Amino acid sequence: MSAELLNVTNLVKNFELRVNNGARRKKRIVQAVTNVSFSLGKGETLGLVGESGSGKTTVGRCVLRLIEPTSGSVEFEGQDLGSLKFEELRALRRKMQIVFQDPFASLDPKMTVGASISEPLIVQGVPGDHTDKVIELLELVGLSADHAQRFPHEFSGGQRQRIGVARALALNPALIILDEPVSALDVSIQAGVVNLFEDLQSRLGMSYIFIAHDLSVVRHIADRVAVMYLGKIVEIGEQEAVYEHPTHPYTKALLSAVPLPDPKTERARTRIMLEGDVPSPVNPPSGCRFRTRCWKAQDVCAQEEPMLTVRPSGQMSACHFPES
Amino acid sequence: MTEKVLEIRDLHVTFDTPAGPLEAVRGLDLDVSAGELLGVVGESGSGKSVTFLATMGLLPVRARVTGSVLLAGEQLIGASAKQMRSVRGRTLSMIFQDPLSALNPVHRIGVQISEMLRSHQDLSASEADKRAVELLDIVGIPQPSDRARQYPHEFSGGMRQRVVIAIAIANNPKVLIADEPTTALDVTVQAQILEVIERVQERFGTAVVLITHDLGVIARVADRVNVMYAGRNVEQGTIDSLFDHPSHPYTRGLLASLPRPGKQRLKPITGFPPNMLNPPSGCAFHTRCEFAADICKNELPNLVGFGDLLTACVRARELPKSESFA
Repeated sequence: MSAELLNVTNLVKNFELRVNNGARRKKRIVQAVTNVSFSLGKGETLGLVGESGSGKTTVGRCVLRLIEPTSGSVEFEGQDLGSLKFEELRALRRKMQIVFQDPFASLDPKMTVGASISEPLIVQGVPGDHTDKVIELLELVGLSADHAQRFPHEFSGGQRQRIGVARALALNPALIILDEPVSALDVSIQAGVVNLFEDLQSRLGMSYIFIAHDLSVVRHIADRVAVMYLGKIVEIGEQEAVYEHPTHPYTKALLSAVPLPDPKTERARTRIMLEGDVPSPVNPPSGCRFRTRCWKAQDVCAQEEPMLTVRPSGQMSACHFPES
Repeated sequence: MTEKVLEIRDLHVTFDTPAGPLEAVRGLDLDVSAGELLGVVGESGSGKSVTFLATMGLLPVRARVTGSVLLAGEQLIGASAKQMRSVRGRTLSMIFQDPLSALNPVHRIGVQISEMLRSHQDLSASEADKRAVELLDIVGIPQPSDRARQYPHEFSGGMRQRVVIAIAIANNPKVLIADEPTTALDVTVQAQILEVIERVQERFGTAVVLITHDLGVIARVADRVNVMYAGRNVEQGTIDSLFDHPSHPYTRGLLASLPRPGKQRLKPITGFPPNMLNPPSGCAFHTRCEFAADICKNELPNLVGFGDLLTACVRARELPKSESFA
């Protein structure tokens, strides 16, 4: 692995929730992200997986400082983003971009595609005429020069997502956060967009944080994977280690819950059925947050929070009774 | 061959839009046998939901529906509103992706289940309430008698979907249509709901039509599968034959485009789904098909027996054998 591009240390994000309960008003804290640490190398792809409410999107937004973390540090190319002045942060932002899930909502319907793609260049004050750059970007994502004059409604979902990618690429970023970038696309279209991400990375060498709930896509694209549950990373490591030898019970259950497109494998598989739902992040369980749904839970799990520990297959997981 | 509970023949559904008529379903044939779990796959716009909304008589009046839908011998196309009211919830039920919008927020769960029971069966209020609690137990809701007195907002997404299933099966319907029932749910909750659906199918012998875009879900629970493209059925068969030797180029393309363990490059289907205001002539898939020939532009293929599959492709016999995905 090459030099680290990004170092996230003990990231915490709490949201304040105002509950209006008839006459009384209460304040509650939603612990969306708790003590998340990870690093990302240059040209590397980190998959961030977890169910809804696991905090994966919040992590992505804290990294870009689209929302202000409660505590913890995010270092990008050695600079602590929290210590930067507004103008400095703004200058650094050109190296960090994001592609959102919904290609229908993330493009302005009243702007031509060309105007949408050149907007980041204008915002960042890149001088000159951007026509050639827009054409270059459109071709880079598999669209053509004459698409620049058209409007978003003239494009299919897959094409709109490509436009969003072209816009993210405009400033030659070193990091792109892909937040569920293929979830809204049809199956036959997904594959082409995933291939595009891979091609762009091998040509331009940027790093990705790929946030998704689809574990098969993450397995395909990620070098390393972090599994989140209720705001914490429960397992993190090389893609192959995590998928082939999951050591956290939650990872194991999550992987076994994913239906595979192969009837013979499906019949032969033993599945771990988790009971119930993810608990509320307003009042997460003490100790290990997964213990309320874990079949291995003992008294110690309620009292003592397990720390991320290196396992024989190379990854780290936070569990008192890891799978072997 | 087992008894057919639902027979759809030459179904056409057309919507008049400002841009002209849009034919969402274009001559669909489909059979559901008693007690089976039939998967229906297709991408957005393939007509899979519209087909079953038409079956339920739930399309807006401006939709033009022709063809034949026989539910245990009873013709549903052209049936009166009164007749459809008696069918829906009694012999034919449907559940949807979003369970919250299917429930009434101001009524207790138990009341919503007994309402369904009493609208089709001659039951006293207390009998219906008792039965409602039993149904909650069947779909795996803990402490069913307490939960029956709660409101929808007190339930999680997975629990709400269980409640909706309880309402749908209250009158022991012959056919339960489940339209993307797990798409809005997390994968661990999806596994639970699929298990409930399978349990209902086995325990009551209910035929289930599971509409989904997820071929993994199909592989897990379905007995047979229908693949839809551009408002038509392009292939159908048992899941084993379909995954082992898909014959239609679209089915092959779908299966080949899925990520599988190992780092080989993904193979997308080229192009994008057709605009249904102006679908391609002949076989609608010819614009994206790697095997397309001139004949495909002119001839609308029908389902033809091909080995143990039914395939709507004029070139099915000439094509090289597909790789196996089983």
